[in-house]
Amino acid sequence: MLYLFFASDESENVKKMKSCSADRRLSVISHHLLLPINDDEAAIIISPSPTSSSSSDPLFANTPRAPEDPILGVTVAYNKDPTPVKLNLGVGAYRTEEGKPLVLNVVRKAEQLLVNDRSRVKEYLPIVGLADFTKLSAKLILGADSPAILGNLVTTVQCLSGTGSLRVGAEFLARHYYQRTIYIPNPTWGNHTKIFTLAGLTVKTYRYYDPVTRGLNIKGLLEDLGSAPSGAIVLLHACAHNPTGVDPTLEQWEQIRRLIRSKTMLPFFDSAYQGFASGSLDEDARSVRLFVADGGECFIAQSYAKNMGLYGERVGSLSIVCRTADVASRVESQLKLVIRPMYSNPPIHGASIVSTILKDRNLYQEWTLELKAMADRIITMRKQLFDALRARETPGDWSHIIKQIGMFTFTGLNTKQVAFMTREYHIYMTSDGRISMAGLSSRTVPHLADAIHAAVTSVV
Amino acid sequence: MAAITRRLITSSSISLSSRSISSWWKNVQPAPKDPILGVTEAFLADPSPHKVNVGVGAYRDDNGKPVVLDCVREAEKRIAGNLNMEYLPMGGSNNMIEETLKLAYGEDSDLIKDKRIAAIQALSGTGACRIFADFQKRFSPDSQIYIPVPTWSNHHNIWRDANVPERTFHYYHPETKGLDFASLMDDVKNAPNGSFFLLHACAHNPTGVDPSVEQWKEISYQFKVKGHFAFFDMAYQGFASGDPERDAKSIRIFLEDGHLIGCSQSYAKNMGLYGQRVGCLSLVCEDEKQAVAVKSQLQQLARPMYSNPPVHGALIVSIILSDPDLKQLWLKEVKGMADRIIGMRTSLRENIEKLGSPLSWEHITNQIGMFCYSGMTPEQVDRLTKEFHIYMTRNGRISMAGVTSGNVEYLAKAIHEVTKTA
Repeated sequence: MLYLFFASDESENVKKMKSCSADRRLSVISHHLLLPINDDEAAIIISPSPTSSSSSDPLFANTPRAPEDPILGVTVAYNKDPTPVKLNLGVGAYRTEEGKPLVLNVVRKAEQLLVNDRSRVKEYLPIVGLADFTKLSAKLILGADSPAILGNLVTTVQCLSGTGSLRVGAEFLARHYYQRTIYIPNPTWGNHTKIFTLAGLTVKTYRYYDPVTRGLNIKGLLEDLGSAPSGAIVLLHACAHNPTGVDPTLEQWEQIRRLIRSKTMLPFFDSAYQGFASGSLDEDARSVRLFVADGGECFIAQSYAKNMGLYGERVGSLSIVCRTADVASRVESQLKLVIRPMYSNPPIHGASIVSTILKDRNLYQEWTLELKAMADRIITMRKQLFDALRARETPGDWSHIIKQIGMFTFTGLNTKQVAFMTREYHIYMTSDGRISMAGLSSRTVPHLADAIHAAVTSVV
Repeated sequence: MAAITRRLITSSSISLSSRSISSWWKNVQPAPKDPILGVTEAFLADPSPHKVNVGVGAYRDDNGKPVVLDCVREAEKRIAGNLNMEYLPMGGSNNMIEETLKLAYGEDSDLIKDKRIAAIQALSGTGACRIFADFQKRFSPDSQIYIPVPTWSNHHNIWRDANVPERTFHYYHPETKGLDFASLMDDVKNAPNGSFFLLHACAHNPTGVDPSVEQWKEISYQFKVKGHFAFFDMAYQGFASGDPERDAKSIRIFLEDGHLIGCSQSYAKNMGLYGQRVGCLSLVCEDEKQAVAVKSQLQQLARPMYSNPPVHGALIVSIILSDPDLKQLWLKEVKGMADRIIGMRTSLRENIEKLGSPLSWEHITNQIGMFCYSGMTPEQVDRLTKEFHIYMTRNGRISMAGVTSGNVEYLAKAIHEVTKTA
C-alpha cells in the first residue's frame, strides 16, 4: 500500500551530501519521511537543497513524494477501486445502516438557528476560541460540578479537533515543561507520533495491547510506566482506545492513576469518543474524572468529530487542569503564543454549533439520544459480526469483537491477511488489522465475515 | 459510578492522591498581549461612548458594524441542511483550491492548466504562511527568510516558530512615508543568491505602501538575476484597488518573468470570512510530477497540525466562486468595501488639513488598502488612547475600515491635537 517516488538524479544527490551537520539534518528529515516499507524498496535518500542556487537548480526540485497517510490513504485507495462491491472500513467516520454519512438532527437544527440569526457575524474569534464553547466543553468532560472548574483551575482553549488540541498541548509542553518525553500506548492512533515529534517531544511507548488475549496488558503497562522517568508525560486514551477498542476497567484505571501520581508523571488524555463508547457521556468520562478528582494536573484533548458528527468542521478543545487559578491564567496566555503563529484563531462555525447544542436543554437531550443510537448501532454490528464468524466456524477466538469498545475493532489479522482481504474481497482497512465498525451494516457483515474467514484459513 | 470513584479515592493513601510539591507551571510567565489583538480587547473594555476602534483590520460599514456579505449569506443558506460535514482531504477542498488559484494566477493561467501548482487549503493567511515556513525549514533547512521592515507582527512569530532565522530588508521610508525603493533594491542585491523573500502582493500591512508597477518589474528582474525565491502574502486581493485582477499585478509580473513563486491567499477580508479561517497556500513547480510531490509534502505538515482543514468556509468560497451570479455579486461587494475605504482616506485627509495641520498628510491618500501608516509615534498613539479613547496599534497604524463618516471628524481632530506640536 505504501509507495515512494524518488528524485530523478539520485546519484547527484548522494554526491552533494557533505558535512556532519548535513547528516544530522538528513536524519531529522528522514525520521519524518521514512515509513515501514517492504523489502523490495531501497531506502530513500534526501539531500538538502543548496541555498545559493544557480538558475538551473530550482528549489524543491529534489522534493520526494511523501507516502500516503496510512489512515487517510485507505479512503484514497478505496475511492480508486472500480469494483462495485467494496467496503471501506478505514477511517473512523460514522456511517448509517445505509452506509451514508450522518449529520445529526440536532446539528441540522443548530445550523438553521445559526443561519437564520441575522445578527451573527463572521468576525475573528479570540485566539482561545469561542468563550461559550470552551466553558461548555470543559463541563462536558469534567462534569458541571467539577471542583476544578468551580475553582477556576482549568484553562480551556478551542482547537482544531483532536489533532489540533494535541498539537497545541504538545507544543506548550515542549516549551514549558521540564520533561520532554511522552509515553504513548502501543499501539495507538497513527497520527500521534507525528504530532508529538513535530511539536518537539521525544516519543516512547508503553505496552498496552496483549495480542494473545486481545485485551489489556495491564502488567506490561504498569511495568513500563513504572520504569519510565519521573515526570514523564503519559498519553492516555480516555475511552474507546484507538485502534484496539480495549479499555482499562475502572479498577485498572485506579491502578494507573496511582502509579502516575506516585511518579509525578503528567497525564495527557485524548478524548475523541466521549459518548460513543458506552453510549453515556458521563460513563465515558470517568477515567478523566478519576484523575482530576485527586487534585493533580492533567491535559485533556477533546474532539467533537465523532460524537457530534462534526468531522470536517474541526471542533475540539484543549483543557489544562492546573493547581491554582493564577497558574491557569498564565498558562492560557502562553497557549495563545503557540496558537497565534499557527493559525491565529480557530474556525467559528463548528464551535458555534456545539455551543448552541450544549447550552440548550432540549437540544442537549436530543443529542444524547442520537449519540446513544450511534453507539448502539455499532454494538449491534459487533454482535452481528461475531455471530457471523461463529456461524462460519472461523478458526480462532473472536470474542474480542464484542468485548472491545468504541468505533474500532482490532481484529488481530496480520498485514498479509489484510492485503489478501483488500485484493480478493475489496475490503479497505488499515494494515494493522483495525476495522471501523461504523463502516459496517447488516447488509455488508456477511461479506466481511466471508473475507475474514478466507483470510484466516488461507493466509498465515 | 461516582460512588465507586469516591470509594477508590478515599481508600488510597493521601500521599498518592495529590502531590505535596508545588505546581509544575509556577514558573510559567504571563505572556505579553498580542500587539494587534490586544487592542480590541482594550477597546471592548473601555466604557467611553466616544471610543473608536481603528486597531484590527476587520472591515466595518459606515455605521461601524461588521459586515456579512450578501453573497456569503446566500451561500450559507445553500449549505445549511444540505451538505454533510465529512472530513475534507488533508489538502482541503479541491474545488475551492481551483477557484482560488484562478484568482491569484489568472483565469486562463497555463500554470493551472499544466497542473504545475502545488496547493493546499490553509487556515487563512496565517496558516498558509506557517505551513510554508515549516516546508521551507524541512526542505531548505539552511535558508533564512527576508522580511520587510515593517511587516505584520505575526510574520515574525510564524517563521520563528518554524525555526527559520529571519533577516530584514528595507521597505518603508519614514521621511517620505512611502517606499524606500533604493534601499530595498540594495538589500535584494546584497542578499546571498537564492535567498527567500517575503513580499506583500498588495496593500502592504501595516504601511499601505506598495511598489508601483515599474518598481515591481525591477524587483522581479533583480530577483531573477539573484535567483531569489519570492513568497507572496496576498491577504487583500480586491481590497486594495477594488479590482482583484489589478491587485494581483505584482504576482503576474513575477510569473511572466518565469519565477517559481509561493503564495499565501486569505479570504478573511475580501470575503469577510475572518473567523472561518479560509485560505490557500500554493507553490509553483517545474512540472506536474513535482507539484504532486510538493503537495504531498505540504499535506504531511498539515496532518500533524490539524489533520485536515475546516469545511464550512471552504464551501462558502466554492459556492460563491463557481456560481457566475454569486461571483459577480461578490466582485461588486468587494469593490464597495474598497471604495468606502478610499472615500474615508480622502475624508480623513481633508478633515485634518481643514484644521490647519502644519504637517503633510498626503500619505493618507497615497497609501492603499485597509491600513494607513500615520507616522505617529507610540507616545502620540498613547495620547490618542488615553485622551480620546481611540484604539490603534502603537506603530501608528490606522485601520481605515474602522473609520466612518460618523467618526472621521472626531478622529481628525484627535490626530491633529496630538501632532500639531510635532
